[in-house]
Amino acid sequence: MSQSTTMKTTGDTDQAKPSIGARLARHFQKYWQLWVLVAPTLGFVGLFAYVPMWGLQLAFRDFTPGAGLTGGKFVGLKYFHQYFTAPMFTETIINTVRVSLGTLVLGFIFPIILALLINQIGSKGVKGFVQTLTYMPHFISIVVVVSLINIFLSPDSGLIGRFIGDSSMLDNPNLFAPIYWISEVWQHCGWNAIIYLAALSSVDLSLYEAAKMDGAGRLQLIRYVDLPTIMPTCVILLIMNMGSVLSVGFEKVFLMQNTMNLPASEVISTYTYKLGLLGYQYSYGTAIGLFNTLVNFAFLLLANFIASRASETSIF
Amino acid sequence: MSNAYASVSTKAPEIPWNKHFRQKKGIADWVTDIVIWAIIALTCFVVIYPLWFVIIASVSDQAKVAAGDVTLIPLGLNFAGYKKVFANTSIWQGYWNTIVYSVLGTALNLAVTLPGAFALSRREFKPRRVMLFLLTFTMYFAGGMIPNYLLYKDLGLLDNMWVFILPGAVSVWNLIIARSFFETSIPEDLHDAAQIDGLSYIGYFFKIVLPLSSAIIAVIGLYYFVGHWNDYFTGLLYVTSAKKQPLQVVLQNILLANKANVFENARNAIENQHIAEQIKYGVIIVSTMPLLVIYPFLQKYFNKGVMIGAVKG
Repeated sequence: MSQSTTMKTTGDTDQAKPSIGARLARHFQKYWQLWVLVAPTLGFVGLFAYVPMWGLQLAFRDFTPGAGLTGGKFVGLKYFHQYFTAPMFTETIINTVRVSLGTLVLGFIFPIILALLINQIGSKGVKGFVQTLTYMPHFISIVVVVSLINIFLSPDSGLIGRFIGDSSMLDNPNLFAPIYWISEVWQHCGWNAIIYLAALSSVDLSLYEAAKMDGAGRLQLIRYVDLPTIMPTCVILLIMNMGSVLSVGFEKVFLMQNTMNLPASEVISTYTYKLGLLGYQYSYGTAIGLFNTLVNFAFLLLANFIASRASETSIF
Repeated sequence: MSNAYASVSTKAPEIPWNKHFRQKKGIADWVTDIVIWAIIALTCFVVIYPLWFVIIASVSDQAKVAAGDVTLIPLGLNFAGYKKVFANTSIWQGYWNTIVYSVLGTALNLAVTLPGAFALSRREFKPRRVMLFLLTFTMYFAGGMIPNYLLYKDLGLLDNMWVFILPGAVSVWNLIIARSFFETSIPEDLHDAAQIDGLSYIGYFFKIVLPLSSAIIAVIGLYYFVGHWNDYFTGLLYVTSAKKQPLQVVLQNILLANKANVFENARNAIENQHIAEQIKYGVIIVSTMPLLVIYPFLQKYFNKGVMIGAVKG
């Protein structure tokens, strides 16, 4: 009960603090309804997010069918060592980084350009129309997007593919990543521009007037008014996206994969799926997944650190 | 461009009182305008064309599609593909499954997310800080594919329709968006008034907060619904019975299927292949249309939803 006495000395209320039990009772009496409202959320997240985290110890243990989620005999870093020395290690890392880094860079630049362009449209109706149109691909499923890629790149009838050559462009390992990047930009560019358009709508109109008085043309307005306005948003989004350097959407890569492009398309998540789940190497798959998560988490912490430093220094 | 810039800047100081001055455009601005409109038009074309092509290809003569003659308008109208699509029971089964999973799933999503977000939006509710930290943490750190699989196995969710609905009951991202909405868009005065009227938290949430939240319900409801509708991963990983597979898995099977084997009615190989191609186009349209029809009606809410999410994210 020493806790309650320290609470008493630092407490800001005039009434003496009762014991922890009594305070808990009072808390629940006052807030039990909020606990009821939040309980399903906590329950679902606890079961479907934290129990699998508990299961991560399988990465350090041998899998035994009876033992279930937490595995059997402790084997230390055996499975991590197995991955680091596997021939596929470098290949999967390089492929993952190539696919995700290009997506990150192109997916960063194009929405900004699109937002700046859409912002130039004077008519509200046209603006809304262009926005509706460019959001559209965001709602299409990955299965359909990949089938569109196949249709357009097909060597005999595809509207792009037939000019390229006799084999499908998707079979070419060198083209796998660019096709992935471009299709990502196609699908999400309009949607990701929303945030910049929202930022642009907050530009002080008098800034435009002042710039025009100084003789600024359209391009100068974009360069010296619009771009600085969205710059903070750009920086934050870029840094936040850095946290996903080692993660790519499993579904899309998996659906775009074929035996021909495998040297460029085997990424960490598809490798985990094939070896871990299809190959029943549960411990090995868990270890690879954990390694991937840890690297991403490290990047995120680094990005957060840079972000907090940057926002401190960028305050005027 | 530098010429025109000079011409504007020399004119500007001479007639600052002229109210038409502001509308005046230099040559550079005209050129800029044309370039901007050209790029926007090109972007719209690039975005819309792939879908347009699938639409026209789905109703065209497949010999002409295969020859590459079909580019802008349908040629040789032919609805055989759609007839096959509508006659195919596995597509309907998948369609029905997806509707069931999407409707039940979204209903559960909203029933769990909205009350949770409301509770977490109450500033006087002290434990919310710890809860929010624990919830946000799961966005960046997760057990991964195999622990999830083993958990679902233990829970009996493998090859069970509830695997589409229960594990994704809460998306922390949507929860945070909804919480921010409750914090910023519902005036605190309402809560004070409700307390004076003797409303409990639950009464306040259902009678006052929810009726004022149609914008956020529409936005996160659509996010959740789209997520369920387009879900391919869950069916691929956790479900083995064909009867339980959602539309996306059925779609992928049809897209990948050996052309000769799927539809046995066609008379010869080429016609067989043409029909298979047309079925592909048709099934893409049939599976995608519902979302493309719904979302423009909800578009006015998007900017708000994305903005709230971005501010808090």
